[in-house]
Amino acid sequence: MKDIITLHINGDELEVGVSTHFTLLETLRYALGLTGSKQGCDKGDCGTCTVLLDGQSHLACIMPVYEAIGHEITTVEGLADGRTPHPLQDAFDLCGAAQCGFCTPGILCSSYGLLAEKAHPSRDEIRRALSGNLCRCTGYTKIFEAVEVAAESLRSGADPRDIVAERYDLAFPSRSMQSAACAPGSTGASDA
Amino acid sequence: MRNEDLFPLQEVTADAPERLREVAEAEFRTIGGRNRSTDGLHKSTGKAVYTDDMTFPGMLHGKILRSTEPHARILSIDPAKALELPGVYEVITGKDMPTPYGIIPWTPDEHALALEKVRFVGDAVACVAAIDEETANTALGLIEVEYEPLRYYLDPEEALAPEAAATPIHEPRKPGHNGNVLKRVQLEFGPVDEKMEKADVLVEGEYFFHGTTHTPIEPHCAIARMNQNGLLEVWSATQVPHYLHREIARVLGLDVAKVRVVQPTVGGAFGGKSEPFDLEFCVALLAIRTGRPVKILYTREEVFYSHRGRHPMKMSYRVGASRDGRILAVDAKTILDGGAYASFGLVTTYYSGQLLTAPYEMDSYRFDSTRVYTNKAPCGPKRGHGSVQPRFAFEISLDKVAEKLGLDPIEFRRGVFMGTGRTVNEFRVQSNGFLECLESVERASGWMNKFRKMGYGRGIGVAGSCYISGTNYPIYPNPLPQAAVQVQVERSGRVTVLHGASEIGQGSDSTMAYIACEELGVPLDYVRVFSADTDLVPVDLGAYSSRETVMVGNACVMGCREIGEKVRGSVASEWGIEPSHVRLAGGWAFDRRDPASPERRMPIAQAFQFAEAEHGTLGAVGHYNTPKEGVHGEYRGGTIGASPAYSFTAHVAEVDVDPETGFVEVKTIWVAHDCGRALNPVLVEGQIEGSAYMGYAEAILEEQAYKTGEHQGALHDAPSLLDYRIPTSLDCPEFVSLIVESIDPEGPYGAKEAGEGPLHPSLPAIANAIYDAIGIRIDSLPFTPDRVWRAIRDAEAAKSAEEVA
Repeated sequence: MKDIITLHINGDELEVGVSTHFTLLETLRYALGLTGSKQGCDKGDCGTCTVLLDGQSHLACIMPVYEAIGHEITTVEGLADGRTPHPLQDAFDLCGAAQCGFCTPGILCSSYGLLAEKAHPSRDEIRRALSGNLCRCTGYTKIFEAVEVAAESLRSGADPRDIVAERYDLAFPSRSMQSAACAPGSTGASDA
Repeated sequence: MRNEDLFPLQEVTADAPERLREVAEAEFRTIGGRNRSTDGLHKSTGKAVYTDDMTFPGMLHGKILRSTEPHARILSIDPAKALELPGVYEVITGKDMPTPYGIIPWTPDEHALALEKVRFVGDAVACVAAIDEETANTALGLIEVEYEPLRYYLDPEEALAPEAAATPIHEPRKPGHNGNVLKRVQLEFGPVDEKMEKADVLVEGEYFFHGTTHTPIEPHCAIARMNQNGLLEVWSATQVPHYLHREIARVLGLDVAKVRVVQPTVGGAFGGKSEPFDLEFCVALLAIRTGRPVKILYTREEVFYSHRGRHPMKMSYRVGASRDGRILAVDAKTILDGGAYASFGLVTTYYSGQLLTAPYEMDSYRFDSTRVYTNKAPCGPKRGHGSVQPRFAFEISLDKVAEKLGLDPIEFRRGVFMGTGRTVNEFRVQSNGFLECLESVERASGWMNKFRKMGYGRGIGVAGSCYISGTNYPIYPNPLPQAAVQVQVERSGRVTVLHGASEIGQGSDSTMAYIACEELGVPLDYVRVFSADTDLVPVDLGAYSSRETVMVGNACVMGCREIGEKVRGSVASEWGIEPSHVRLAGGWAFDRRDPASPERRMPIAQAFQFAEAEHGTLGAVGHYNTPKEGVHGEYRGGTIGASPAYSFTAHVAEVDVDPETGFVEVKTIWVAHDCGRALNPVLVEGQIEGSAYMGYAEAILEEQAYKTGEHQGALHDAPSLLDYRIPTSLDCPEFVSLIVESIDPEGPYGAKEAGEGPLHPSLPAIANAIYDAIGIRIDSLPFTPDRVWRAIRDAEAAKSAEEVA
C-alpha cells in the first residue's frame, strides 16, 4: 500500500510517496534520494543510519516513517551551512576520522547531537555518545580527536584548520590544508 | 606568454612567495605533511557515492537463494512457481554459469551458483531478478530445491581422517588424495633437528586461532547494466576490480574488452572484498538476460556467510634457543581450517609459514602447513593475510623462551634482531626499523617500571612482527606491469592522475595526489584522481597484500617525473639556467638557488604552458614491476611471501584482568610501526590505529563460530552485528601510534606499507600481557571472560592438586 506523507527534512517541507511499511531510512534513500544516510545492517545494530529528530539521534533503519512525521529531521546532508561544511565535517577530514566513510554520516549525526548539548565534552562523554555507532576502520581515536577539534571550533569560532595546525605544530598550516571550500574533490568515476 | 592572459580568473592556492625560501629548503613540500585527503569532505558531507547509493532507470533487484544444508547433492531445482509470480523477471541456477572459477588460477573450485553440490550453509543455489526486493524475497520461497544430504565436517581434523576421503567435500585433484585437503606445504631451511638438539632451552606449545571475519560496515553490493552497444557494465563494492573484470568475462564467456568494471566508493573491505563473489556474476547474467539493470545488496547475514575471513588454525610450535639468547630452531606444524572453498587458500597455506622469518634471526626453520576443506563459510584473506595466526603462536613462544632464559622479552627480541639482509628463507630485506620500533614502545609505555612489577591482575606484554609491502608476483602469471598510472597535465595547472588502485578507505587516491603534488609542484586542489574503473584507468591488480603505496606509488612517481623533467627543462631555457636549478613546489616554478627572486618565479600553470608549447600536450604513463633478481630463494614456493619491501611493527599492550570474572580490559596499546616513510602521517596513524583495533578485537571479542548438533549444526553462531561483537567506542583501549621511518630503497620516497603489518602483534602482545598479569598462559583465542575464567580456575585446581600431592 502506498501513501503520501509530509516530512520536514533539513529545513525543507517535503511531500513524499512511500510504501506504508517503509522505514525512515528507506524513505530517505529510496523515495527521496538522500543517500547520505547509510544502511549497514538494517536492524538497528550498527548505527550508520543515525539521523537527528528534533536534535536527538535516532536509528532511521528501525523507525517506521510514520513516526518521523511532525519532527524536524536532520541528515548528514543537512549539517552543512550552505556550501560551508559544519566544523565537524571539516574536522573529520582534517583529522583523518573518515577512512572508508561509511559509518561517518551516522557518527556525524550522533556527534552533532552531542555538541548541541555539551559545548565541551570530555573524551568519555564522546565515547558514550558514539557508543551506538560502529566504525570498522579507525579504532575511533581519530574520531574522538575530530569531535574535540569541532567542539573547540564551535566554542571559539576558530577555523578547524588552525586548531589542527596548532595541535600538530605544522610547518605549512594554512596552505597544506586548503579551506574546505576549495579542498580537493573526489572524482571517483562512480560519481558519473 | 602570460598566465593571466590565458586564465584571468585563476585563483591560485599557491604558497605565499615570501615562504618560498622555506619551501626551497624543505626536502619535500607535500610528502610527509598532514594533508587533507582527496575524498574526506565528500564522505563527511554525504556526497560520496557507494554502490548501493546508485540506481538506474528500470533497475531490477536480485536475491540469492542460499543452501540450508551444509553438505548435500542437489537433486533438483524447480523455479516454475517463482517464475509465475508477478514481478519476477528471471531465475537462474548453477547450470546457467557452469564455468568454475577461483581467485587463484590453480584452484578454481567455485561456481557462481552451486552446480551439483552445496558445501556450506549459505552456498548460493539460485538467483531471482524481480521488480523490487520484496517480490524477489517472496520468489525465493517459491523455488523448490531437493537435496540429498551428505556427511558434513566442521572440524578440519575430522575432514582429514581417512574415512572422510570416501565422501570428500571436493573431488581430489590427484587420484588417491583426500579431496578434503586443498594444499600441504612442507619447507625446511637449515638443519632444524640438529639445531634443536643443541638447544639449551626448548619451548613447545599448542596454539589455536579461532577464526574471525572482516565485517566492513558496508555490505557487498553490485549492479550490472547491459548497454545497447554490447558493453556489460558492472559496479561493485570490490577491492579487486581487475580480477573481477577478468573473471566475469571468463565465467560468462564474454570478451573481456566488452566488460567494464567500476568500483564506486567502498565502505570498508579489509580483505573481505578481494575476490569475485556470487552476487557479481548473478547481476551480470541477470542484466544480460533481462535487458534491465540489476542490483543485489547482501543482507548483513549474507555478509557473515560470504566470509573469506581469517582461517582458524591449530598450530604446534617448537622453538629452541641457546643460553646466550639466539634462536637456533623453529619447527611449526599447522592445520588451516579453510571452509568450503579454496579462495586464496593456496597462498594462505604458504603465508602461514613463509612470513614468520623476520624481524628475528633464526638459524633454522621448518614448517608443515595443511589447509583442509570443511563445510563452513570459506576462509580467505583478512588484513594480515595468513600470518596473524602464526605470529600469535610464535610471539608467545618467544615470550616463553625469554622467560626461561631469564631475559626481559624486549631485551631478548633486541638480541635476535636480524637487521637487513637475508631471512632464513632467503627473502631480501633492505630496510628494517624494528629496533627503533621496540625502543619506541618501550619508552612510550614505561615498560621498565611495569613489566613483572604491577602486581596480580595487571600486566604488560610485548610482541613484534613483519609484513610484506606487496607480493612480488601477480596472482596469475604474466610479465605485464603490476601497477600503472597515466598522468595528464593541463595548461590551467590542473593535474589528473588515472590509476587502477582500489581506494577502500586506506587512502590510495590521496596518496597518488600527494605524489603528483610533490613531483609537479601543484597545490593539492589542482589534482584530480580517477581510479578503479577498467574503462578509464590502466590495470592495477587491486588492494591486497598491502601493495598500493609501493607499487602504484612508484608508478605514479615515474609518470609524474617524466612530465616534471619536461617542465623544468622548458622553464630553465626560458630563464637561461640549468634544469636542475628549477624547483616545482607549492604552486610555483622557481630558481631553487634564489627563491626570493621575482624574475625567476612563475605560477605553476605558466610553467606547464611553457612545457606544453615546447613539447605538445603533456601526459605520461608510469608503471612498476617488482625486482625479480636476488630477492627470494630459488626453491619451490620461494616466490610466495617475497615482497619489494618489508614493514616492521612492535606493540606493547597493558591489561587489567579480573580474576573473579575472567574479564580482560585492555587499557592501552602502544604501536610503533616502521612504514619506511610516512607519505601522510595522518593516514599512516589511521592505518596503525585501525590495525591495532582490529587485532585487539580479534583477541578479546570476535569469533566466527558455528553451531554444532543435529538441528542447528553448521549454522553461523552469530550472523549479526549485535551478536558478533565488534568493538564500540566504549570497548576500545587507547591506541598510541608511533611512526618509525626506515626509508626503504625500493619504496616511493622510501615508503613501505602501513595497512596490515600493525595488526599482527596486537594478539600476542595482549596474550603476553595477560600472562604478566595473572601468571597463566592462555594459548587459545579469543580471550573471552569464560575462557580466561576457566583458565584461572584450572590453574588453581592444578596448583592445589600439586599441593595435596
